[in-house]
Amino acid sequence: MTPLPMGMSLREAFGVALVEIGEREPRLVVLDGDLGSSTRADIFEAAHPERFYQMGIAEQNLVGAAAGMATLGLIPYVSTFACFAVARALDSIRVLVAQTNLNVKIAGGYAGLLAGMTGKTHLMFNDIAVMRSLAGVAVVSPADAFETRRALEVITDHVGPVYIRLSRPETPIIFGDSYEFVLGKAVVIRDGTDVTLISTGTQTARALEASELLAERGIKVLLLHVPTIKPLDEDAIVAAAARTGHVITVEDHSVIGGLGGAVAESLSTRHPTRVDRLGIQDIYGESGPDDALLEKYGLSTERVASAVHELVTAREGRPH
Amino acid sequence: MRAIAHAKGGHLGGPLSAIELLTALYFSVMNVRPEEPMWPDRDRFILSKGHSSIGLYAVMALRGYFPVEELMTFDAIDSRLQGHPDMLKLDGLDMSTGSLGLGFSAAVGVALGAKHLNRGFTTWVMVGDGECNEGCVWEGAHVASRYNLDNLVAVIDHNKLQQFGWRGTTLVDRMGPYEDSELAARWSAFGWQVVEVDGHDLPAVLQVLGNLPLGQGKPIAVIAHTVKGKGVSFMEGDFTWHSRVPTAAELSNALVELGEGATR
Repeated sequence: MTPLPMGMSLREAFGVALVEIGEREPRLVVLDGDLGSSTRADIFEAAHPERFYQMGIAEQNLVGAAAGMATLGLIPYVSTFACFAVARALDSIRVLVAQTNLNVKIAGGYAGLLAGMTGKTHLMFNDIAVMRSLAGVAVVSPADAFETRRALEVITDHVGPVYIRLSRPETPIIFGDSYEFVLGKAVVIRDGTDVTLISTGTQTARALEASELLAERGIKVLLLHVPTIKPLDEDAIVAAAARTGHVITVEDHSVIGGLGGAVAESLSTRHPTRVDRLGIQDIYGESGPDDALLEKYGLSTERVASAVHELVTAREGRPH
Repeated sequence: MRAIAHAKGGHLGGPLSAIELLTALYFSVMNVRPEEPMWPDRDRFILSKGHSSIGLYAVMALRGYFPVEELMTFDAIDSRLQGHPDMLKLDGLDMSTGSLGLGFSAAVGVALGAKHLNRGFTTWVMVGDGECNEGCVWEGAHVASRYNLDNLVAVIDHNKLQQFGWRGTTLVDRMGPYEDSELAARWSAFGWQVVEVDGHDLPAVLQVLGNLPLGQGKPIAVIAHTVKGKGVSFMEGDFTWHSRVPTAAELSNALVELGEGATR
């Protein structure tokens, strides 16, 4: 297995993309919860200072004010950490953004495990589960910098509330110039017949590397990347499940209610298939370097490959 | 009041404390077009104390936004007149509210957006005194002052009671959220221009709301001193009328006190 080449972080891609989109879309404004230098919303402030609003360390009002601005036809991006946006400001999102169907984009930075050296307060594994349970909110989790930029272009033009999940570290490159992000569409990254691996966000890079390790071990993985958890591309999931007969989801998120939950909900009705869910178990995180966290919590390339290997081996002899 | 009795639910104490303020705003002070409720240049109004919805609906109906008869659909299934205001159901509502404090922060955003877009309208937001317990109100108050939102007016319905309140000398003697001078000091400390008025003295309300120091660099807080349940002797100042539904006899007596007559 050759490791994927490393690329720009999602947060930096976020800042760069907003600058570019801001050039053609004058209605775009950014509201920051005093984390611009971390979320890289500062890149936007440097380019378009007149459209950048510092709202201080006050997330309920941050989201509420964005809703108010959206009523005037502006397209506000709320930028803070995923933990503060989704958990602390949830009522503002539910009442003022989701229930009103206002055109607010919520960018949750430092989502998932890869916000090392912060600890359990900041490690947010529940955001996909929470946000996808809000009616009318699209939930997007891009895999690399390129997909982040394309996704931001699309969700800026999409009218309605969107949550986009971003992360901090530099991230391996998966997609090239020919890739088109379509809201609500999944993409087959690798074909295979033994097992379907479904992933989202930056975990897709490790899922792809794990798939190559598994190929070396004789297991042919179909890897389906799901950048939009809501609306979910159920047809692609059903097709992938039908092709292999066994689905394993993997995500940098709780195994409760996230991508794995969404896939299980869909398949249980549309195409009953065995679904195993890899991700953060029903626990909180801790401080540590990103690599150590990935290893300990089962999301490193090697640990994903081992887990898939065990699940595939264990199922032999069982109907599926 | 008939609508609340008919729906067997809703709130009366808060709407009665706010009714002169709402009347003044919709009939005189605000630049609105009831026949064109989504007129782009209208003044915006957000009832952040959303549980006083029936007061807002009554004033909007009388102002011509919708037929007065529709008030009797309040809180009924499929009604445009939701228990708490829903902007997707009724044109003319500038925000959905009901979770206290949130409407205020939305109003801050509307005023900030209006500045951003060089729009000339004024944004009005009605906030309860109990609602000022919410931290979100002070988050927004700070930001509004920081951005010099002198196109934003918060009308504080200071009726001195909240749903249950703080225990006084006895269990039924409930204390209000703030001492009399406390709210003015708080809003002033957050950088707002503070004006006080007797919220039941309609000429005074018209005078004050019609002559606010808009456009002078600071957001404005109008602290309206009011009485919860105003106008009905047995409701006034009694916290239990926050969300109590009147019996037939109570309704009849209340309407007589309000000069409405018991029939109709």
